[in-house]
Amino acid sequence: MNYFPDEVLEHVFDYVTSHRDRNAVSLVCKSWYRVERCSRQRVFIGNCYSISPERVIQRFPGLKSLTLKGKPHFADFNLVPHEWGGYVSPWIEALAKSRVGLEELKLKRMVVSDDSLELLSYSFPNFKSLVLVSCEGFTTDGLAAIAANCRLLRDLDLQENEIDDHRGQWLNCFPDSCTSLVSLNIACLKGDINLGALERLVARSPNLKSLKLNRAVPLDTLQRILMRTPQLTDLGTGSFVDEPDSEAYFKLKHTISKCRSITSLCGFLEVSPHCLPAVYPLCSNLTSLNLSYAVGLQGSDLMKLIRHCVKLQRLWILDSIGDDGLCVVACTCKDLQELRVFPSLPFEAGPSPVTERGLVAISVGCPKLHSLLYFCQQMTNAALITVAKNCPNFIRFRLCTLDPTKPDADTMQPLDEGFGAIVQSCRRLRRLSMSGLLTDRVFLYIGMYAEQLEMLSVAFAGESDKGMLYVLNGCKKIRKLEIRDSPFGNMALLNDVGKYETMRSLWMSSCEVTLGACKTLARKMPRLNVEIMNENEVEFNLDDAQKVDRMYLYRSLTGKRKDAPDFVWTL
Amino acid sequence: MSPPVLTAQEEGQSNHSTITSSRSEDRISQNVTALKERNYLGLSDCSSVDSSTVPSDSDEKRNNLNLKATELRLGLPGSQSPERDDSSTKLDEKPLFPLLPTKDGICLLSQKTVITGNKRGFSDTIDGFPEGKFPGTSGVNVLLSPRSARAQPTTTKEMPTKVLQERPCATNGTGHNKTDASIGGSAPASKAQVVGWPPIRSFRKNSLAVTSKNNEVDGKLSPAALFVKVSMDGAPYLRKVDLRSYNTYQDLSSALEKMFSCFTLGQCGSHGAPGREMLSESKLRDLLHGSEYVLTYEDKDGDWMLVGDVPWEMFIDTCKRLKIMKGSDAIGLAPRAMEKSKNRC
Repeated sequence: MNYFPDEVLEHVFDYVTSHRDRNAVSLVCKSWYRVERCSRQRVFIGNCYSISPERVIQRFPGLKSLTLKGKPHFADFNLVPHEWGGYVSPWIEALAKSRVGLEELKLKRMVVSDDSLELLSYSFPNFKSLVLVSCEGFTTDGLAAIAANCRLLRDLDLQENEIDDHRGQWLNCFPDSCTSLVSLNIACLKGDINLGALERLVARSPNLKSLKLNRAVPLDTLQRILMRTPQLTDLGTGSFVDEPDSEAYFKLKHTISKCRSITSLCGFLEVSPHCLPAVYPLCSNLTSLNLSYAVGLQGSDLMKLIRHCVKLQRLWILDSIGDDGLCVVACTCKDLQELRVFPSLPFEAGPSPVTERGLVAISVGCPKLHSLLYFCQQMTNAALITVAKNCPNFIRFRLCTLDPTKPDADTMQPLDEGFGAIVQSCRRLRRLSMSGLLTDRVFLYIGMYAEQLEMLSVAFAGESDKGMLYVLNGCKKIRKLEIRDSPFGNMALLNDVGKYETMRSLWMSSCEVTLGACKTLARKMPRLNVEIMNENEVEFNLDDAQKVDRMYLYRSLTGKRKDAPDFVWTL
Repeated sequence: MSPPVLTAQEEGQSNHSTITSSRSEDRISQNVTALKERNYLGLSDCSSVDSSTVPSDSDEKRNNLNLKATELRLGLPGSQSPERDDSSTKLDEKPLFPLLPTKDGICLLSQKTVITGNKRGFSDTIDGFPEGKFPGTSGVNVLLSPRSARAQPTTTKEMPTKVLQERPCATNGTGHNKTDASIGGSAPASKAQVVGWPPIRSFRKNSLAVTSKNNEVDGKLSPAALFVKVSMDGAPYLRKVDLRSYNTYQDLSSALEKMFSCFTLGQCGSHGAPGREMLSESKLRDLLHGSEYVLTYEDKDGDWMLVGDVPWEMFIDTCKRLKIMKGSDAIGLAPRAMEKSKNRC
């Protein structure tokens, strides 16, 4: 089928931007496959072990932007042993050897070394954008290499990485000729930085739109920086602490009031509440506000601030805001689409000031809400049912009760009905994460109603294999299923082994699955990597009846990976 | 300090000294906006979920309760006295929500108040909850009876101390199950013992821990205010005072007196009028002699000390919270206090 010449097809495909659509396009016929693959510039690899870098390079010679994800999601919560894998070096090495003109690299949950960063910085003259999210393994020396060698660097975005701070002068490594920066996020750096170098860098970056500073940047430096960057749209403050009557604070107030373009505000890694009013002039323009690290703010401070934020669409906040504060949000932020409420003291005593009441208030006031992450003390079915009715547009719904098996706070019943209402009402739900007391029933509801569900996180839930079966049989679009501490076992695991090739991955830890069942699964499905992890035992007990501590399986075209550590056994 | 039962964390809405938000105020305001008042102690957060129909005779009961409530020794956020539980059971004969069948309306609400909303004393949790487990609703009645049987003022007196001391130790998982343990029995024993729960990224966890520590330890990050909680035996809610806004013990005492005058109910000593007057040494003595109230504080080591022994600056550095105790509680301290106040004269 070749109605159009390749150039026309290519031009049409340019308008097809989503990865999935492009994947679908490539399956139509051979010539479409060919045109698509040669014209594809952005590639997303959800699991770095699913395919080899060489194969990606071979298929997509025009690759300019690569996104890679490494460790499974539960690695965020220390459930994956430390040296499990997710190394980016084979990718960077392969890319460096090839003729790919890489311009953008985005990595999530991967292990990145300084050597890799250095190789990256030398190998791609047009390299523009580096985004590292929840990565580890590198130091500021690697950053220095990036700064020094990437002449056209536009974005350096470091989000929540564990970076070894050598406190060197890496910021000085940006040459004077580097004037291309648009986005710089160094908030996760723990050490001091050279403030003078920072100010000079900012001064020679006229295109800078997004700047997120770390804790080491004090208020007066912030003020000087803001003087130079009136065009900034996205600001992350560092330390926001000073005496209320100081000159620096006074100047800052004045400077901030001139920054009319700021629509996104975050940071406040250290903050004195009495300094907060300086940002009030910005509030009415803000669409995104992230105060989830601002431990120094009390509920009353937050409420006063949020009353001004009428255009807010995205809010990340600590639970110190309390239910009353959430009521204020509900009254003020009518355009709210995404809300995340984090616990301020998750491991210490004392209950959270946030309960179901706050959530219900939000659902009443903010019907456009589609993404939620909510850590709370307690929840009730009634509240969830109300929320489901008020907000049928949820795409992502993640609820975490601080006690993972807490029942309905009023009725002491499981929260099955509440979550059932959510999946029934929110037909577009793609991601769900549940907690609280949950039986098999909730999984029945999920299997019945959650047709678009792609990712499900389960912890301390369910009663029998039936729960897991409901999900595997019912959720046609499920891609990532992660389960911990739930009584699902071999029967559920082996019921439909073909299903796992339609999914990206399955994680099961502290469940009832035995070694024998995993072996069976691995044998039946050669294109799945079934990894067993027992952190404490280097030698695996060969008893098939033994329960497996952690199992992570994923589809892969590369077979067993060669960089697995001793405690990982690929069956 | 005895390791606490972590159950109290979930169930009580207890105040916590390192939490910066003033929860007592929040909670009080919550009550105002709640559909129905369940303000026995002015604490109930769960009052918000008490929808609709409370029988009218409950008003009367509630009034009775309020009086009873103010007689309670509160200590730290909310102790539930036995009397309160008994009366609360009668009030709870209503469905919480039309949606949900509440088979055990009675039990559920009081259970709820116990677990969720109201601050409870620490002893309540251990004494009241057999093994800390409730399998659904069946365990509820078991729950109520021990508590109603228990009418030990001494126990409730100890509660504040225990509750106070429990907080810093909270992370010692003692293996007590949470009272709302799951049916499945795979409930985690305590927060501290569950790896990876709550599911927060390690980066965020570490970051918050560092910041909290800085705020506590240095003090230089929040130079302006040093808020500590002040509790008073018999008061339905706590207050917070900024220690840095006072310069001497006298300032502090008079401020506290103003704050808590409404609760002393004429026990201010021989003057009669609940004081607007500045605290003088004689007044202090009178308070100590006459009304049996003593101002004490908990220091960084968790010990309860009499206010006034050390220089003011040192006091500010070490004081974590204040408590206006009945003299009879402070048996060991009071005589010394009187001597000291004599010395100060």
